[in-house]
Formats: sequence, structure tokens, C-alpha cells
Amino acid sequence: MMKIKVYGPGCARCKQTEEVVRRALAETGVQAEVEKVSDIQALAAAGILMTPAVAVNEVIKVAGRIPKLDEVRAWVSAR
Amino acid sequence: MLKTANDYETERSEMGSTGYITQTTERVPIAAKRERSIGASRSLIVGTPLLLAWYLLYRELAPLAAWVTHGLLSLNPGHLARSVEFFVFETPKVLLLLTLVVFGVGVIRSFFTPERTRQILAGKRESVGNVMAAGLGVVTPFCSCSAVPLFLGFVTSGVPLGVTFSFLISAPMVNEVALVLLFGLFGWKVAALYAGTGLMIAIVAGWTIGRLHMEGHVEGWVYSGFVANQAQSDPHIEWVERLRYGRDAVREIVGKVWPYVLVGIAVGAGIHGYVPEGFMASIMGKGAWWSVPLAVLIGIPMYSNAAGIIPVVQALLGKGAALGTVLAFMMSVIGLSLPETIILRKVLKPALIATFVGVVGFGILIVGYLFNLLL
Repeated sequence: MMKIKVYGPGCARCKQTEEVVRRALAETGVQAEVEKVSDIQALAAAGILMTPAVAVNEVIKVAGRIPKLDEVRAWVSAR
Repeated sequence: MLKTANDYETERSEMGSTGYITQTTERVPIAAKRERSIGASRSLIVGTPLLLAWYLLYRELAPLAAWVTHGLLSLNPGHLARSVEFFVFETPKVLLLLTLVVFGVGVIRSFFTPERTRQILAGKRESVGNVMAAGLGVVTPFCSCSAVPLFLGFVTSGVPLGVTFSFLISAPMVNEVALVLLFGLFGWKVAALYAGTGLMIAIVAGWTIGRLHMEGHVEGWVYSGFVANQAQSDPHIEWVERLRYGRDAVREIVGKVWPYVLVGIAVGAGIHGYVPEGFMASIMGKGAWWSVPLAVLIGIPMYSNAAGIIPVVQALLGKGAALGTVLAFMMSVIGLSLPETIILRKVLKPALIATFVGVVGFGILIVGYLFNLLL
């Protein structure tokens, strides 16, 4: 099963990012486990310097901005 | 292990000890290549007329504002007319400048990701590192909400503490929004003074913090436990992509700050039209020695972005406040803020936070007095 992690300490932009990810999943019908990571230690351990960030199956796809719906759709339907 | 992946399949291997020189072998579908060259010519076709329109509009702003005030609204010369003309002239001027510069800076920033900046700064000696960090702070994308992960990422990958602070000080203080507003409302001399002294404070304050050897006042878990992942490297970016980056920056930054600009200019317009000349001279003028520390003390806990505070500052200046006092106020509002110190508390012990605020505040104080003395 696909694992998507949304990294962010809980700012408004991070919440928007999670919404975009969930919407993309709903629209494409892809099943995935979405996890919100807000622990700063975990964030640093993952090597993230800018938030919000999204990783799909442990590969960082975007950092420092809110991804666009089309982008997320492409990531989740690529496999 | 985590890796950064861009939309295209990219493989890279690192070359040399400097680390950020990377060799790229890309497999790009032909269709995607064609799409990109279409994108390039399209951005040229759209961009040129836009730039021309920008220039023509910018040139005609002053007569336009006068016409709106005295012709269209037929206001008689007086308080209201002065306020309205100020508002009608400054608002489009600042927004136009902001759009152009944010776009340009957005394109420049696509060259300086935080990962790359970190690679450049890792293992640098203190003095050289402080200077570079302050400079990179201007061009690296930064938002105070990412201050903590950035701090961790820098410190754990071998960027000295003082150098990290130089970056953290210059990144919010010397930014493109502040510089545009200063240039637009005060001219290039004040903008250059602000940029120069802001960088100076970042360099000297960071160096001082490094000299104080306060590594022990960073929360214990930061240095123990893990080594930051360094596997990230910059994806190879095409020019079309960089232009898109600039456009996105305009959409995001200008889209976010325009209400502040509007409110700020409206307040400025009110002061411009109604507050008598020289009113501020007694409170914020050169004669009042206590005005600089007071301005800094009031400014530190306040939080506003440059867009909101500078139009107000301009109006104050026009009414006789001294430049040094006003600059000190602005720097402490933008550079130091309560929300940022609260965020940083997660990784720094109180003594280090107090030192950080103290050293930077002291630097701002000196800049304030210096300008009041010289100008």
C-alpha cells in the first residue's frame, strides 16, 4: 500500500497541503495511507529543511510549498 | 533512505569534495522536451508585452493619481486631497514594483534551494561563513515557520552555530519585499543603507554568538541521536521551470501581502494628510536620545511583515521622525519577533534565545544611533 507523509509543524499551509493530498486521492481513487508528521525531530531526521513537505513511499516529492492538485495526482497515479 | 525526486527521472552522482557540483544524466521523453520548448517561446511571447505594459503604467502613475484626485473626484486641495492622492499614487506603484521584483527574486531563488545553501555553508570557517551565510540568507527562500527545521538541518550537518545564526538573522530582515518598499518610498540610498546595515548586523551578531561558544545552550537532543540526511541534491531545472517558479512566487507573496500594503498605505495616507509637519520631531526626532532604544523595545515583540510596516514608517519620516530611529524600529519589527522566538524555543535554551535577541537588538540600536548621528 502506498504511504504518503505530510510533514509540517501544524501551520495553515501544512493543513492545506494535507487537504490537497486527500483530495487527489479521492479524485483518483488510489488507496493510500496518509500520515501527518508534525514532530520536529522526525522532520529533521527525514532531512526536511522547508515545510510543508510531502513524501510518497519515503521519497520527498515537494518541500517548501503547497503542491498543486495536478502534481499530487501525477505522483499517486504514477505507479 | 530518503531522496528528492523531481518530476522527471533523474539520476545523479556527486563529484568532488565541494559536494554541490553534480553530474546529471536525464532521461526525458521527447514529448516532454517539445512541450518545454513550446513553453519557452510562449513565456517570451507573453512576457514581453507584459513588461512593456508594466513600464508604461509605471511611468504614467503620477499624472494618473493627480487626475483621479482633482479631476475624477474633484477634491479641493486640502487634507483629504493630500491623503487621497498619496493613496492613489503609492498603492499601484508599490504593487507594480513588488510584482516585478518578487518575480525576479523568485527566479533567482530557484538557483538557491535551502539544501544547496546548507551544502555551501557546511564546514566553512566562522568569519568567511558568517559573511556567506548573511548573503545567502537574502537569496534563499525562507519563511519563519521553517526556522526550526532549517536550524536543525544546518547545525546537524556541520554548519557552525554562529554561521547558522547569521543566516537566520539576515533571511527575514533583508528580504525583497522590504527592499522594494524602501526603494519605492524612500529611494535607492535608504534601501542600500538598510540592506548594508542589515547584512552587517547579521554577520557581526552571528560571529559574536559563535565566539560565545553557546553550543551547550542548544537543546540536548539536537546534537545527539541522529545525523541529518544529506542525500538531497537539487533537481536539474529548466529555464521555463524557473520562470514558473517566479510566477508562483508572485502569486504567493503578492497574493499574501497586498492587503497589508493597502492598509499600511492607507494609514500612511492618513498621517500624510492630517498629521501636522514636524509633529514627530519631538517624539522620534534626533533630539530625543531615548527614542532609539524605545523604538527597538517597542519593535521587538511586534510582528509585522515589511509590507505592513514600511508605509507607516514612511509617513512618520515625512513628519519629522529621524531616519535612524525609524530604521531601528523597522528592523526590530521585521528581524526580531515574539512568534519566532517562541518557535525557536523548541531547539534553543532560554539563555541562547536571550543572547540572540540581545545581540541583534544591540546591533539595531547601534545602527539607529549611527544614522541619527551621520544624517
